[in-house]
Amino acid sequence: MLRFVLNKLALIVPTLIGITICAFGFVRLLPGDPILALAGEHGVTPERYEILKHQFGFDQPIWMQYFGYIGGILRGDFGTSIETHRPVIQEFLTLFPATIELSLCAIIFAIVLGIPVGIFAATRRGTVIDQGLMGTALVGYSMPIFWWGLLLIIFFSGLLHWTPVSGRIDVRYFFKPVTGLMLIDSLISGQKGAFQSVLSHLILPTIVLGTIPLAVIARQTRSAMLEVMGEDYVRTARAKGLRRVRVVGVHALRNALIPVVTTIGLQIGTLLAGAILTETIFAWPGIGKWLVDAIFKRDYVVVQSSLLLVALVVMGVNLVVDVLYAVINPRIRVQ
Amino acid sequence: MADTTTEIAPIVSTKRFSGIREFWHYFAQSRGAVLGLIIFVLLIVVALIAPLIAPHDPNEQFKPLFLLPPSWAPGGDPRFLLGTDPVGRDVLSRLIYGSQFSLLIGAIVVALSVAGGITLGLIAGYFRGWADVVIMRLMDLILAFPPLLLALVLVTVLGPGLINAMLAIALTLQPYFARLVRAAVMAEKNREYVISARLAGAGHFRLMLITILPNCLAPLIVQATLCFSDAILAAAALGFLGLGAQPPTPEWGTMLANAREFIQRAPWVVTFPGLCILVTVLAINLIGDGLRDALDPKLKRS
Repeated sequence: MLRFVLNKLALIVPTLIGITICAFGFVRLLPGDPILALAGEHGVTPERYEILKHQFGFDQPIWMQYFGYIGGILRGDFGTSIETHRPVIQEFLTLFPATIELSLCAIIFAIVLGIPVGIFAATRRGTVIDQGLMGTALVGYSMPIFWWGLLLIIFFSGLLHWTPVSGRIDVRYFFKPVTGLMLIDSLISGQKGAFQSVLSHLILPTIVLGTIPLAVIARQTRSAMLEVMGEDYVRTARAKGLRRVRVVGVHALRNALIPVVTTIGLQIGTLLAGAILTETIFAWPGIGKWLVDAIFKRDYVVVQSSLLLVALVVMGVNLVVDVLYAVINPRIRVQ
Repeated sequence: MADTTTEIAPIVSTKRFSGIREFWHYFAQSRGAVLGLIIFVLLIVVALIAPLIAPHDPNEQFKPLFLLPPSWAPGGDPRFLLGTDPVGRDVLSRLIYGSQFSLLIGAIVVALSVAGGITLGLIAGYFRGWADVVIMRLMDLILAFPPLLLALVLVTVLGPGLINAMLAIALTLQPYFARLVRAAVMAEKNREYVISARLAGAGHFRLMLITILPNCLAPLIVQATLCFSDAILAAAALGFLGLGAQPPTPEWGTMLANAREFIQRAPWVVTFPGLCILVTVLAINLIGDGLRDALDPKLKRS
């Protein structure tokens, strides 16, 4: 097992280096002068320019600049936001929990609904129910989620006034972040109505972000179940006279879940990309909105670092998924 | 699903048309796929004859008539079937012209990423060695970023606009083709027919492009279909964020972005462009599912 993990880590190293080169190169590829872009200034005097040039290390050879950049990252120094003058890593750590909370809720929503729907469709294979469910899943899979979010806002916030339009919590409530996850923090704070407020703010973004993963998981579960139900051990279980619920729920499902787990792991990138759109629509203060805002404010230090940090998060999660996968499926370890 | 997947072994037809007929037989078994194809063909027709069927010029502003509701709603004007947008342009005409953009985006992005992917995948799978290592590590690198994030950052570097958005999206989709072609080439490379072609004196180019490539086409076609819809969605998303096609281009995603502030007052200006995106993407995905079942029984629905 340890060898498996080490092998995986070794495979990641070239990609890791590549990611840092991308983030490093990004600023240097920007249209215009990279030094002025990084400083967020224009029309500076030649003296000021020299100072900036030195400050960002542009007077050094390019490979020294790169190693300087890597050294900074290893010390946790990702630069300072042009807009807020705060360290980028600090902003990232404040905003990231919001994205984690939203993504976790979305993936839980997708799993809790998607797996039963997939199983149900598989057991009713070929019927109108199956076709209806899978048709709906394909609609969900084809959904432009930025439009889906607007539709839900029009209907649930505009017409019915059931849910708030944007944000994470009503302005009436305030409490110190403990975990950064508002659902938990609001409970800890013990304020009346705070938890309900958080929940009502979360519902629409969760549905919007969870729609595509939900469709993918439902489709994958159905096809994995259909494949497994044709296997000998399922036929044996059925021949033994076990009840249908037990055959489907225990014998078939346990084996069908292996590809489904991989699918769920592969959704992490989709979730983070979806978070960019979802957070923009609902003014959700996470890293997706942070990135889009930074692009429009030309805060290139933030864009550069979020590119790097998001890629690192995706790689980290993929590594964990790979290892988990090897834990539930011993055949993988041997390969 | 399974009943369509049994017999279609590697197509060994001697005549070209019997292969097509066989393919159509399997494709037509899925009603969804046929429906998708019909919608898609209709869309192409609409895009081609847009100047003939659009009631108005997509950029003509009917000055005092801002945000008119659809003609069947109270206050609607029969001249503007789906109403007008915030600056008084006819929504229907803009949607009709928008189909040109979406289809063009899909076609160009797929062409670019297929061409890039085939080239890199063929080189990696055929020559192996260091070329393989370098190319595949580069592909891994691209795949390490969520596609929309990478496209966003690329557009920031290249500058907002439809062409740059298409280039960025093509780059993010291209690794899927490279991986697919590489795997297929490696599987085919040591088959007898390739060895015999090599012994007959075929050069590298002939072996790669004429001997091996046609036998890797089935999964490529399926992937290309799925990428077509991905490209349309991604371009619309970039347009929605303000980094794709720029106003006044009647691209559907851009139309949504401009209408966003009016969602409470005039829901229709938001509803119709999104519906067009959904229907287009859905039609292409239906075709993709049908193609997958008909062309490549080994690939399962996911």
